[in-house]
Amino acid sequence: MAEIGHFALILALGVAIAQTVLPVIGYLRRDSRWLAIGVSGAQTQFGLIVLAYAALTLAFIYNDFSLKYVEANSHSALPLIYRLSAVWGAHEGSLLLWVLMLTGWGFAVSLSSRRLPADIAALVLATMGSISVGFLLFMLFTSNPFERQFPVPLEGHDLNPLLQDPGLIIHPPTLYMGYVGLSVAFSFAIAALITGKLDVAWARWTRPWTTTAWLFLTMGITLGSWWAYNELGWGGWWFWDPVENASFMPWLVGTALIHSLAVTEKRGVLKSWTVLLAILAFSLSLLGTFLVRSGVLVSVHAFATDPARGVFILAFLTVVLGSALLLYAIRAPKLVSDGAVELMSREGLLLLNNVFLVAAAAAVLIGTLYPLVVDALGIGKISVGPPYFNSIFLPLMMPLAVLVGMSARVGWKQARLRDALWSLRWIALGSVICAVLLPFVLERSWAWMAILGTALAVWVMIGALLDVVHRVRARRDRWQGLRSIPSGTWGMTLAHLGLGFWIFGVTYASLFSVEKDVRLAPGQAAEIGAYTFTFQGTQHSEGVNYRADTGSVIVERNGRLISKLQPEKRLYPSQGSVMTESAVDHNPRRDLYVALGEPIGDQDWALRLYYKPFIRMVWFGGVLMFIGGIFAASDRRYRLARHARAAAASDATAAV
Amino acid sequence: MRFAIPIVVLVGLLALLGYGLRLDPRVVPSPLIGKPAPAFDLPNLQGSARVTPLDLRGRPVLVNFFASWCAGCQVEHPVLMQLAHEYGVEIVGMDYKDTQEAAQQWLDRHGLPYRSVIADQQGTAGLDWGVYGVPETFVLGADGRILYKQIGPMTLEAWREHIAPLMTAGRAS
Repeated sequence: MAEIGHFALILALGVAIAQTVLPVIGYLRRDSRWLAIGVSGAQTQFGLIVLAYAALTLAFIYNDFSLKYVEANSHSALPLIYRLSAVWGAHEGSLLLWVLMLTGWGFAVSLSSRRLPADIAALVLATMGSISVGFLLFMLFTSNPFERQFPVPLEGHDLNPLLQDPGLIIHPPTLYMGYVGLSVAFSFAIAALITGKLDVAWARWTRPWTTTAWLFLTMGITLGSWWAYNELGWGGWWFWDPVENASFMPWLVGTALIHSLAVTEKRGVLKSWTVLLAILAFSLSLLGTFLVRSGVLVSVHAFATDPARGVFILAFLTVVLGSALLLYAIRAPKLVSDGAVELMSREGLLLLNNVFLVAAAAAVLIGTLYPLVVDALGIGKISVGPPYFNSIFLPLMMPLAVLVGMSARVGWKQARLRDALWSLRWIALGSVICAVLLPFVLERSWAWMAILGTALAVWVMIGALLDVVHRVRARRDRWQGLRSIPSGTWGMTLAHLGLGFWIFGVTYASLFSVEKDVRLAPGQAAEIGAYTFTFQGTQHSEGVNYRADTGSVIVERNGRLISKLQPEKRLYPSQGSVMTESAVDHNPRRDLYVALGEPIGDQDWALRLYYKPFIRMVWFGGVLMFIGGIFAASDRRYRLARHARAAAASDATAAV
Repeated sequence: MRFAIPIVVLVGLLALLGYGLRLDPRVVPSPLIGKPAPAFDLPNLQGSARVTPLDLRGRPVLVNFFASWCAGCQVEHPVLMQLAHEYGVEIVGMDYKDTQEAAQQWLDRHGLPYRSVIADQQGTAGLDWGVYGVPETFVLGADGRILYKQIGPMTLEAWREHIAPLMTAGRAS
């Protein structure tokens, strides 16, 4: 079975090479039959990769330890669901998943290719094919998941216990969908640069793909943060770890791209900037791959590293990004027809938003690579931590939040700052009043950071709703007005609301969290605010593939039972690693979080207790952005364009 | 010209990454390598005697900083047991920021790989030795100089590749 998978990969490589080369020849010779190879190539390639992926999955289901990769990442006692997710549990398999998604996106583009001019569709698919060639070569030469070994071991090493968690089943695939999805925008950018058709239609084709990739990226990051919070036992939700940064940079640039695409589609300006962002967003996701898999940076996520892999990805980065940016440097100056952009207009403010987002991404990039720079210069070894990122990131996000709140009241082309601000005066006043009162009502605090954060959050949330409110008011029949709102607007509203919730959650969770490390004997209690945590001792139990000490902690508030929490400490003997399973009682208002530390003495345990207000809002914000993305990507006008074109095409055939 | 800026930045970035590939970020050089072990004067775990670096002279020794509260120590513990009991390596435990009672219980529960255990309850020796997280293991030559420092859990691989050769050479000197 494994050989079939291996063979399918080799065939897929052949197809990918054909998909890269032949449509380009077709483009040069203006031969539509050669151009069409892009579509059939993308579909064949997807089928082959699905076959390879299925072969590897079967090897995991049947515990085929003759495959090195299966042996290293599975165990016969591992539950089936984790054997299925173990397929992408380490470097080789996750690459296969990556390629599966890349070809999946290619397949999706090929299905909708009839909406596009033949040359654009062919060049987009050729570009995606070339990316695929790189990854397939990488997999076949340095990271083949189908490698056999002899003698066949009787038992596997087991999946890293950190990955044995429901959050980790969906986190990597979602994140990869986002990373890889940005390759579509990248490919559209390359096609536009080659053909010179960089126009409003280009922006309209690229938009839904970009938004879809972005929504997956958003969800992937949100899930990763949620997983870290539950599984790592530190009670944190974001650590500015190099690998988190690697996913966050493409997100920031992708967010900038979504907004700049909107400007290009609506007003036909900022074209060269939009194309550059499309290239950069995918460049950053490739760079992320390099950082994670080459071992140049220390990270909790780092895969087993191998210098040959690093060299390969670096060469790949050089070829793909080098040629893309070279193409940009040569072609972009000829394509520019940018009209002037007034700063005080919606497009001007969106450009400003782009500046903040890209500056934030650059700041994160510098912080991530700085240890490498210092090391390369031989000055020493350093690591860059949260203080740097927080102090540089937050000041960049604050003006962005102000802009988001204003956006609904500033029109395209030209607007008057005074009018816009004047019409927002009541909302601004309301935000300030909320900001002064809410921290006191909720947390008995007058801290100015809390006031500032609340003001921005409320401002963004109300600002997000304004567009909907105005559209409803514009009609006499309110219901009609509500129904007339395009789903793109709903998408924007939800995503901006999500940003508001996120700001709110971040503000309160970071300012008002209480953390206590205590040593408790059974029967002893510790207090955080009005909450009493009573430790009742631990019990030993045996899981499927681990041994656990399960603690039980009773949480009461003013004598009333809130919850009974059961944090666990697990030992996975097959890998000799210890895992902390924290227990959380949550509601939108606050989380109560208990993690077991180490046993001290006979019965005592070190326990970590947290009170975290509004931490759920952080992830809820992410989920809202995700849902907003779904609405935005499914806007009718992207489909209308297809109908119009189909109608035109059928008219043409009728005429013949 | 401004359209060429991205590619110029890219070239710089690639050069940096290429150079970065040749470095290992996990290697943190210890300024103590080649120097005599920093001085300390601490009781042993039982409190029955005092130990100084002079007691570690005369033969190669592994000094392992551990603690009962440290998860990594639990991970490396079987390796230490194997080194001590199968390879006959002399390992001195340095119980770092811990209590006598907790350490004793931990050792009773998991087994004793150490020839002797020194109690560094305040972590002062750890500070002088440049320990920034347990477990860390130092290889001391017969002359009491630090030959090597292993950061993080001891592995058989590290033993085979780095430490065993030093120990043999250390015995000769």
